[in-house]
Amino acid sequence: MQRFDCPFCGPRPETEFHFAAEAGKTRPVRDCSDADWAAYLHMVRNAKGAVCEIWVHRPCREMFVMERDSATMEVQGSTALRGAP
Amino acid sequence: MSYSTLSLFWGGLTGHRHWRPAWREPAPKAEYDAIVIGGGGHGLATAYYLAKLHGITRVAVIEKGWLGGGNTGRNTTVIRSNYFHPESAALYDLAVRLYEGLSVELNYNVMFSQRGMLVAAHSEAEMELAARQLNAMRLNGVDSELLSRRQVRKRIPLLNLDGRYPIEGGVWQGRAGTGRHDAVAWGYARATDRLGVDLLQQTEVTGFLIEGGRCTGVETSRGTIRAGVVGAAVAGHSSVLAGLGGYALPITSYALQAFVTEPLKPCLDCVVLAPAHGTYVSQSDKGGLVFGGGLDRIPSYAQRGTMPVQEQVIAGLCDMFPSFAKVKLLRHWGGIVDVTPDSSPIIGPSGLPGLYLNCGWGTGGFKAIPAGGWLLAHLMATGAHHEISRPFDLDRFVTGRLIDEGAAAWIAH
Ligand SMILES: Cc1cc2nc3c(=O)[nH]c(=O)nc-3n(C[C@H](O)[C@H](O)[C@H](O)COP(=O)(O)OP(=O)(O)OC[C@H]3O[C@@H](n4cnc5c(N)ncnc54)[C@H](O)[C@@H]3O)c2cc1C
Ligand SMILES: [Zn+2]
Repeated sequence: MQRFDCPFCGPRPETEFHFAAEAGKTRPVRDCSDADWAAYLHMVRNAKGAVCEIWVHRPCREMFVMERDSATMEVQGSTALRGAP
Repeated sequence: MSYSTLSLFWGGLTGHRHWRPAWREPAPKAEYDAIVIGGGGHGLATAYYLAKLHGITRVAVIEKGWLGGGNTGRNTTVIRSNYFHPESAALYDLAVRLYEGLSVELNYNVMFSQRGMLVAAHSEAEMELAARQLNAMRLNGVDSELLSRRQVRKRIPLLNLDGRYPIEGGVWQGRAGTGRHDAVAWGYARATDRLGVDLLQQTEVTGFLIEGGRCTGVETSRGTIRAGVVGAAVAGHSSVLAGLGGYALPITSYALQAFVTEPLKPCLDCVVLAPAHGTYVSQSDKGGLVFGGGLDRIPSYAQRGTMPVQEQVIAGLCDMFPSFAKVKLLRHWGGIVDVTPDSSPIIGPSGLPGLYLNCGWGTGGFKAIPAGGWLLAHLMATGAHHEISRPFDLDRFVTGRLIDEGAAAWIAH
């Protein structure tokens, strides 16, 4: 069992967490092309190595940003989404 | 050397000195008519059909590890076509039909055993969904039967119908079954080699050669290799190649785990899936119980699984078959699977001209190997879709014509 850090509750078992999405996408403007909208909805980097993702800690229902390595599964750290740039 | 009862018998009389390596270990050439990246089942099948059906034999398969060492050698070998949408039925049933003749086609026993598969239904409401599934399959021309609780008990006496999730019946596909995963890779490899194709193992693609906006070859750990056309079938590493080629994919890589127990006397003669647990199991010809379940829900390239999913899958097996609870686990492992938003594969142009894709099979691409190879070969040889691969083009994510088998056919992810 791996433990992840919730910025609000501290280290908790992995089963309490839910992967939401990759961080860093910006919603395109309303009259963008179909391709841009599809890219926003579906396309992902899915990087091997360093990744920056949005996760949910289900018990407290807060979303936050987690930085980790998708090949070694090492976690670098978590930061609250609120107040993030 | 052709494999036959006679050659085996003759070999037996002459001390088995007639065996030869099943394929060559050629050095890379500077240029090929076609290159296939990835020496898993899909890549090898692609090269085979390029040579066999399209007469293109100046072909190389480029594999960074060993042939069949990716998901093809790690999967639980279930072959079935119990999907919902007509597009999927056409695709997966083409694969099952090709599997039916594959041992003869390749002169290699792939041990395809059509022992049947039960997808259990756990409630009255699920029985209604099962009936809907069955009708959809029949409309698509795929065999299926609805089994009552009594029929399930008769067919699979060891299955516990009154566990944590009671079993009310289920959908039965009689033509479904299992195959020998390594034999599929090795059989295609040997047959492809015999058609003159170079199988380059221990060769990693590290970049694409792009000239005038077109892919004209690959950079590899053994030098640059030029090609008229390139195909990629690298499963969980599809996004890594996309990064190298500058195109985008809607794929997330996850670990999927599988398990095998010590060998037992024959006790289970079909494949059983209990969707409420996500656990499915079959017994291999060696006697081991081969089982697996749902994905680890953490995007991963780690090729090893997480503990909570192990526990869930094993608990599911023990609930389905209490008599298996004391059986010892022999091995367990993980593979990195390429999951798309609609749980359907991607077959088609990549966005980089000259490069075609076969990926996104997720947890279920072993069953599709002959069809995936057939269709990618068609694309590479003709530059155009076969009618069966057309709906699986990347453009479905732009047009919105998704083929959502995740929702329709109870795919466990
Ligand atoms: C545990 C588990 C159980 C499964 N169970 C089933 C099942 O019961 N039924 C079913 O139908 N499917 C199942 N699957 C899915 C199935 O295994 C895959 O969909 C299928 O094997 C994919 O075949 P492939 O040839 O596309 O990929 P792979 O067999 O993974 O081959 C891809 C190859 O590409 C190579 N490669 C990657 N990057 C590069 C590079 N840069 N250069 C050169 N080579 C590269 C890799 O080394 C690899 O050998 C399962 C998968 C797993 C992990
Ligand atoms: Zn929390």
